[in-house]
Amino acid sequence: MEKILDQFQQALLSMDRLEARRILENFNPEQDAMQCVEEIVVPVLERIGDLWEQGQLPLAQIYMSGRICEELVDRYLPPASPQRMDQPNMAIVILEDYHTLGKFIIHSTLRASGIEIQDFGTLDIESLIHKVIANNIKILLVSVLMFSSANHIKELCNRLKQEHPTTRVIVGGAPFRFDSQLWQQVGADAVGTNTAEAIQETFKMIEALT
Amino acid sequence: MSEVKMTSLQRVLTTLGHQEPDRVPLFLLLTMHGAKELGLSIKDYFSRAENVVEGQLRLREKYRHDCYYSFFYGPIEVEAWGGDVIYVEDGPPNSGRPFIRDAAQIKSLVAPDINVPCLRKVLEATASIKATMPDEAPIIGTVMSPFSLPAMQMGFPAYLNLIYEQRDLFWELMEINEEFCVQWANAQIEAGATAICYFDPVSSPTIIGRDDYLKTGYEISQRTIARINGPTATHFASGIGLPIIDDVAKTGTAVVSASALEPLATVKSSCRSKLTVLGNLNGIEMARWTPEQADDKVKSAIAAAGAGGGFILSDNHGEIPWQVSDEVLLAISDAVHRWGTYPLSI
Repeated sequence: MEKILDQFQQALLSMDRLEARRILENFNPEQDAMQCVEEIVVPVLERIGDLWEQGQLPLAQIYMSGRICEELVDRYLPPASPQRMDQPNMAIVILEDYHTLGKFIIHSTLRASGIEIQDFGTLDIESLIHKVIANNIKILLVSVLMFSSANHIKELCNRLKQEHPTTRVIVGGAPFRFDSQLWQQVGADAVGTNTAEAIQETFKMIEALT
Repeated sequence: MSEVKMTSLQRVLTTLGHQEPDRVPLFLLLTMHGAKELGLSIKDYFSRAENVVEGQLRLREKYRHDCYYSFFYGPIEVEAWGGDVIYVEDGPPNSGRPFIRDAAQIKSLVAPDINVPCLRKVLEATASIKATMPDEAPIIGTVMSPFSLPAMQMGFPAYLNLIYEQRDLFWELMEINEEFCVQWANAQIEAGATAICYFDPVSSPTIIGRDDYLKTGYEISQRTIARINGPTATHFASGIGLPIIDDVAKTGTAVVSASALEPLATVKSSCRSKLTVLGNLNGIEMARWTPEQADDKVKSAIAAAGAGGGFILSDNHGEIPWQVSDEVLLAISDAVHRWGTYPLSI
């Protein structure tokens, strides 16, 4: 199994879509797509996230790997797949700016991990609260690049506690990498400072809520 | 070491020559704090060159640091290209929705004239600072590198797709951006900027691998920096630089930034005699430092990188957050004056 994981990782890092697809097809995802995702895609994406955390891989490769995996997994687990539906309502959003890379990476990685998650795009606090309530979102992932936007998450969390207290908030983005206490200061429930951590925290939260 | 107190410019030039000046130079890369000094909103402050001139003069007098920073805000270049800028009350103006919505637009893209109003303001501010304080302290102008500008022109994900999947179009965009960058940098030098901070976060190994960097950002930097008529400082805006230090040194730049996420002493030893190190105080954490913590962080940074010159103390991002208090900025300045005097005793 370790050899398959190494080969799949190498295919992703070389951006070799055909080889990555061949490895998954050999694993026979038609029979059990979720097993394929859980045993190959998720562990390799976590490994790649860890390598970025250790400074051994650049963000560009994390992004391209997530994108390739998302495309591959969509073939076997389309958005409407019942296997994707057995989870709390989830959404990802960028608060107040148009720096979309972090959100793209996490969105792709989670979808490639078999999780269905709505993409709310870029929103301000007021519009976001409305969408969270309207969609009964239980897990909200908030991505920011700007420090000022990170500080505004405090207002978001306070408002959610009053207006939709069942929503759990996971934050991520550059400011949280540079200050390990910031996520608690803004009142978030968890932080994902890299893709591996974001996946782990999301799975933990799904488990706690189901 | 000199026993005579140097001007800021002499201090910086000495450290750039890898010699010890009278003390470690301090670049407090303050932008929005000028608005606080003048009692203006951030948007109003940046609306007039005169405000920025007055802000920069007051900030340097208050914090006794070693440069004027004629940088207004990151997306000012995007504004020149016709893109949107979003203002907030408590942070830097931010780029709006990317104006290149489809990579095919690159085929017909035309760079803006340097005399568009938003860039004109920067040139006027630069010239005015130069006229008021000639040669007393360096004036640091800024450009976004041709390789990094597309993150704002077209958005980061679309730009990565372009780099990896449409290399021909990528090079077409680079050709346009290089020409604009050189013109913009040289206009600032002509207006009075002493040096240009070449912001190139996409070249950082945080974002792109070394193999890809050598085929892209490195080549582009070599060509662009060679055509800029003054010294440059390559800044990765919080990104790490250590794995490519030797490559960066070959681009012709004089200074490189260090991230708060990399060991400053190691960066300094890798740069010795090749590049001056600029960094690496953590601007995000700085917002909750106490004055005592500020003193401690400055002391540690100077101990790690001060010896032998070739070091300028600054934040690691190239812009100090609005949330950092005057008290902490004063503590940083006091600490540099206390611990940074050569010969170092820490």
